[in-house]
Amino acid sequence: MRFKPVALFAALALVAACESTSEETGTASGAGTGAGDVETAVVVTEIEVEEVSLSPVEAEEEMVGIGDRVFFGFDQYTLSGEGRVTLEGQAALLNKYLAITVVIEGHADERGTREYNLALGERRANAAKNYLVVLGVDPGRIRTVTYGEERPAVVGSNDGAWAQNRRAATIVAGSSAGS
Amino acid sequence: MIVGTLCLIQTSGLKRWKPLAAVAIWLVVVGLATPAASDLRIDITRGVVQPLPIAVADFEGSGEEASRLGRDIASVVAADLERSGLFQPVDPKAFIQARPSMETLPRFGDWRVIDAQALLHGRVLFLEDGRLRVEFRLWDVFAEQQMAGLAYFTAPNNWRRIAHIISDAIYKRITGEDGYFDTRVVYIAESGPHDRRVKRLAIMDQDGENHRFLTDGRTLVLTPRFSPTLQEITYLSYTGGAPRVYIRNIDIGRQEVIGDFPGMTFAPRFSPDGEKLIISMAKDGNSELYTIDLRTRAKKRLTFSSAIDTSPSYSPDSRQIVFNSDRGGSQQLYVMDADGSKVRRISHGKGRYATPVWSPRGDLLAFTKIQGGKFYIGVMRPDGSGERLLTEGYHVEAPTWAPNGRVLMFFRQEPIRKDGGGGGSRLFSIDLTGRNEREIPTPLDASDPAWSPLHP
Repeated sequence: MRFKPVALFAALALVAACESTSEETGTASGAGTGAGDVETAVVVTEIEVEEVSLSPVEAEEEMVGIGDRVFFGFDQYTLSGEGRVTLEGQAALLNKYLAITVVIEGHADERGTREYNLALGERRANAAKNYLVVLGVDPGRIRTVTYGEERPAVVGSNDGAWAQNRRAATIVAGSSAGS
Repeated sequence: MIVGTLCLIQTSGLKRWKPLAAVAIWLVVVGLATPAASDLRIDITRGVVQPLPIAVADFEGSGEEASRLGRDIASVVAADLERSGLFQPVDPKAFIQARPSMETLPRFGDWRVIDAQALLHGRVLFLEDGRLRVEFRLWDVFAEQQMAGLAYFTAPNNWRRIAHIISDAIYKRITGEDGYFDTRVVYIAESGPHDRRVKRLAIMDQDGENHRFLTDGRTLVLTPRFSPTLQEITYLSYTGGAPRVYIRNIDIGRQEVIGDFPGMTFAPRFSPDGEKLIISMAKDGNSELYTIDLRTRAKKRLTFSSAIDTSPSYSPDSRQIVFNSDRGGSQQLYVMDADGSKVRRISHGKGRYATPVWSPRGDLLAFTKIQGGKFYIGVMRPDGSGERLLTEGYHVEAPTWAPNGRVLMFFRQEPIRKDGGGGGSRLFSIDLTGRNEREIPTPLDASDPAWSPLHP
């Protein structure tokens, strides 16, 4: 899977042009227009044809490649600029492969009380979901779940670990094409 | 568990209280000397209490099994009293009169000389119908007067409960307050790596005995609470992948999802009458408090705010609810009337305040406080005044009251070390003076304790 950067570019190109192409995934027509670089558009066409029936595992790999998680400040649930860019990449993937459904898991660091952290994780998952919806992803394809402080990404009692654990992670839940 | 009838009988007048669902235990007042007034008293409302030296002699028993039970009962009672921090059991090796008889007066001089201010002894008998008769006498050694004398009849496998009931009787006789030894604790047993911790519902007696896992750990479970009858617990479970509030009958072991809500439900507690649950429901990222009538399943929304509103607790008279909310910008404690009206913030100190729990006596709220990178367990009056911090640590959380409102249990979690070790979590009890903190033994790591009411 060496063509990831290209796929990402293609996905971003699609975002720019995809407002009304939700029915057209897998066809090259939408991506070719207005993308500027004809060379790239050709490559995109090939990749799209190859990957139109992504299995959930492949989709998950792509998601991880794009960046499957966004991070939050202490006791915060507003998206950072970096977080928005990550979610824009996710939205491009989701707008390209309409069969994919995702679960957004909201998480908190260990420096709060358990129940409050569940609520905070729920807020974070929804903040990520809402931005994906703004970017054109059908809310019916996104489920949210909070784990509060129960499932840290990094085990540790230090600022670095806590920063990694305050996150909303987008997990590919399924793909009708792949199942 | 066999459910029978509990009755209390006093020989003076043979007054019979109303039967309640519980393990069958009968009680009789044992008279010998005149149960005259005694000055022996611990005032636990005062700040510093010198533990009362008490001699707990092995209960006599005719035959090997009765003798063994007599020793075991005495050791359970002595351990209960010692853990309370109010009593100092005298080392039995110092006893001159090893086993006082129930038929005669103790040799008070023998107990005075070893500085025992109180003496407990008793007897265990197997009755012809297979039941156990356990009787005890409590003496004021210096006044040479009997302070209490009671006999209990029960099935032999209830001997631990009898021991705890005796501890409660002694505690009440000497402090004037209800005891809390005949109680259970439901909590979350933890094991495995910290990024995929295995969590199981577990239940035990307040001293850690009779430990039992209620779930197998395949599903994440959190924050259990007892019903007022002790027959059921409510908790959060990720059964099927979605966090929802469940109620489980402890003995039957069946769980049932509560409420038909569009979002996740969490932070459940029973109302004091057991007829309702109060929970948080989160939809679109916003957590609000609701009640559910357990018979009609009618839902009622109590809070209306875009903030996180959770961790509710009813006042014992059911008229008010305390909860934590970040509606003012940071996590603080709020009290409202039970219908959701008259919301007012009560915590005003520095830091964040969380997990408020109303004392069964109604006079105090216990809470978790987070300030300056540390966690604290504290208490304050329901109007927010009189804040007192009882203990602190890297992470202490989730206070739960003993039914007498004098002792709290909570969990204490250690930081994870650089080498990946540490991070353990254990249960502790602490009294309201903050001076008597004790670990509660559990087979695995432990968190989210909930103390039961006294057995009905």
